[in-house]
Amino acid sequence: MEMLMNPSQMTKKYFTPGVMLVSLIALNGLIFLALRLIFGVGAITNLDNQHPWGIWIGIDVAAGVALAAGGFTTAALGHIMHREEYEVVIRPALLTALLGYTFVALSVAIDLGRWYSIWHPLIFWNGNSVLFEVGICVMIYVSVLYIEFLPIVTKKFIGNVRFKGMLAKLNSPVDKLLRMLDRGLDKTMFIFIIAGVVLSCLHQSSLGTLMVIAGPKMHPLWQTPILPLLFLISAICVGFPMVIMESLIASRSFKLKPEMHVLSKLGSYIGPMLGIYLAFKVIDILIREAFVYLMVLSTESVMFSIEIIFGIILPMRLFFSKVVRESPLGIFIASMLVILGVVLNRLNNFIVAYNPPYATTSYFPSIGEISVTLGFVCIEVLMYRLIVKYFPIISIPEKAGVFKTKYSIQGSK
Amino acid sequence: MATQGRRDFLKSLSAIGISTIGVAGITPSITKASPENILSKDRMGVLVDTTVCIGCRKCEWACKNAHDMPSGSIDDYENESVFDNKRRPDYSALTVVNKYQNDKTGSPINVKVQCMHCDQPACVSACIVGAFSKKENGSVVWDESKCIGCRYCMVACPFQIPSFDYHKALEPEIRKCDFCFDRTAEGKLPACIEICPVEAITYGRREDLVQVAQEKIKNYPERYNNHILGETEVGGTSWMYMAGVDFKNLDFPTLGDKSAPGVSESIQHGIFSYFVPPVALYALLGGVMWISKNRDKKEEN
Repeated sequence: MEMLMNPSQMTKKYFTPGVMLVSLIALNGLIFLALRLIFGVGAITNLDNQHPWGIWIGIDVAAGVALAAGGFTTAALGHIMHREEYEVVIRPALLTALLGYTFVALSVAIDLGRWYSIWHPLIFWNGNSVLFEVGICVMIYVSVLYIEFLPIVTKKFIGNVRFKGMLAKLNSPVDKLLRMLDRGLDKTMFIFIIAGVVLSCLHQSSLGTLMVIAGPKMHPLWQTPILPLLFLISAICVGFPMVIMESLIASRSFKLKPEMHVLSKLGSYIGPMLGIYLAFKVIDILIREAFVYLMVLSTESVMFSIEIIFGIILPMRLFFSKVVRESPLGIFIASMLVILGVVLNRLNNFIVAYNPPYATTSYFPSIGEISVTLGFVCIEVLMYRLIVKYFPIISIPEKAGVFKTKYSIQGSK
Repeated sequence: MATQGRRDFLKSLSAIGISTIGVAGITPSITKASPENILSKDRMGVLVDTTVCIGCRKCEWACKNAHDMPSGSIDDYENESVFDNKRRPDYSALTVVNKYQNDKTGSPINVKVQCMHCDQPACVSACIVGAFSKKENGSVVWDESKCIGCRYCMVACPFQIPSFDYHKALEPEIRKCDFCFDRTAEGKLPACIEICPVEAITYGRREDLVQVAQEKIKNYPERYNNHILGETEVGGTSWMYMAGVDFKNLDFPTLGDKSAPGVSESIQHGIFSYFVPPVALYALLGGVMWISKNRDKKEEN
């Protein structure tokens, strides 16, 4: 089978009315971020001693990591299982993961009371701490993602290094250096690709273990020793829907034909995965007899039901339908349901389920917290748009320009 | 693996395997600081007898003085209006006394609240940088030089004790009772113990205190509920409470006897037992990658 991959730079102009609006929301977020840095976490958040973690951890970090799962799931499918037909989605998924994780790290940093000490886990180790493991894994994985992206950068500049004036002398050495780097990466890329998948499995699951230590402070509908397994499976579930959603939005935004043949095939994996996830969720609450909490009407029981019905069962039914998988609108809606379902699951686990014993008020995010969260998402979108304009990320579906890649991102012979 | 021979591929894989096992070899010495290794038989504790406490709040004042926090005049502490609300320790007070109605006898019950200094502390297990440690004398203390302010200790604590100074932009602190670690190191009593005018709080070896409490319950069964809170809860705590009513009525959380970090630590150590599972996963994925490559190559030929 001859599949085509033709990643190109997007030529459409950067600023549109939509982009202007996104920029405004981003700017608003940055203003609140500045206030947080000057006046402290308490100044713009609704956090208190009973509610130490809010949406910056529940959404920006926990959901952010899950939604960046497109990176390792497509790498596993395309590179490790070597299914070349999925090559076209790997680069966009890699870029999303890269930006996603960068902003996860930023969100952690701004939530830290002593953000300038964020490097401490590198020297002060605590092997018992789940958070330590998550932190170290994420640090290494971010580096791996940048290494995986590097060939795209070297490829662009090889034979294109043109410093001006005094620096012109450096042109040939820099070019040589880039070629060396490129060759080295080409030979070793498989190490990083496998490492990326292993690291992802580790920290995606450990994010679930984080709340286990909260014990009875966490509502029994969610508090279970298999939280790490549920987090890992749900991350794998949401990887492809993210790729599908982004690909469809990018196609629309850059006026390209949607890659439906690839997306439909990707979609066929999602239904069974959701089925496995649902089975674990159901068996878990049956074994722990936690289902009794669903019989009473409460915020928790309602949120849990929404999560299961609209985030798992409904999209699973949709993804099992061939008609839905082959319609751009159908597969978009089904993907969005999975994505929102996983975001809701992370929000439920970290915020809704968390009932501290002495809370006199319940937590609801402040304007400042929401602004920063939205702002970060918008900056990510803006950076994505900028990068696909200057680097070949998104493939243009056409029959010309066959560019077959082997296991590495950089094409090799 | 077009440019890469099979041998190179296997060589690199085994190199990674060996270096990872190398890391695994070092790790146990780093993780050794888990509390059960340093729990001393002679660790100290405090027995709080809520049936004796008169709610004078002098302990609050002494605590602030001992920790260089603004304390005000001791006379201000006679003001009973603070009892209108239930208070919790925070950055401005490491211990507080709350007053509860007693339906049984009519006279109110005063409950001093502070860190329980667990024997298997969740905060020590949770802390990303190991800023908390359980000391030989039983106290659980916080190390400012390590803390990054992530507040995971507050998520983990079963008694919801650590507090954070949300309104400081730089060097905000996690604050909680430190069992007067500096004072006891000099041979002094903890500040609250020293000032208590009615000996409602008794300082001593934890083992001895458990016996004292058991005898009190035996001798005065009508005065005490047969329950020493902290004797077995979350694996035992250094501070233990006695009361004439059920502790549920005094806002204590109902906790089991299993240590708070037990489940998460066994999951964590299971996933990382000598790095075998991650290395095995790496090898498995490497194998899958290699087989898929070869399969595709054969198909092409």
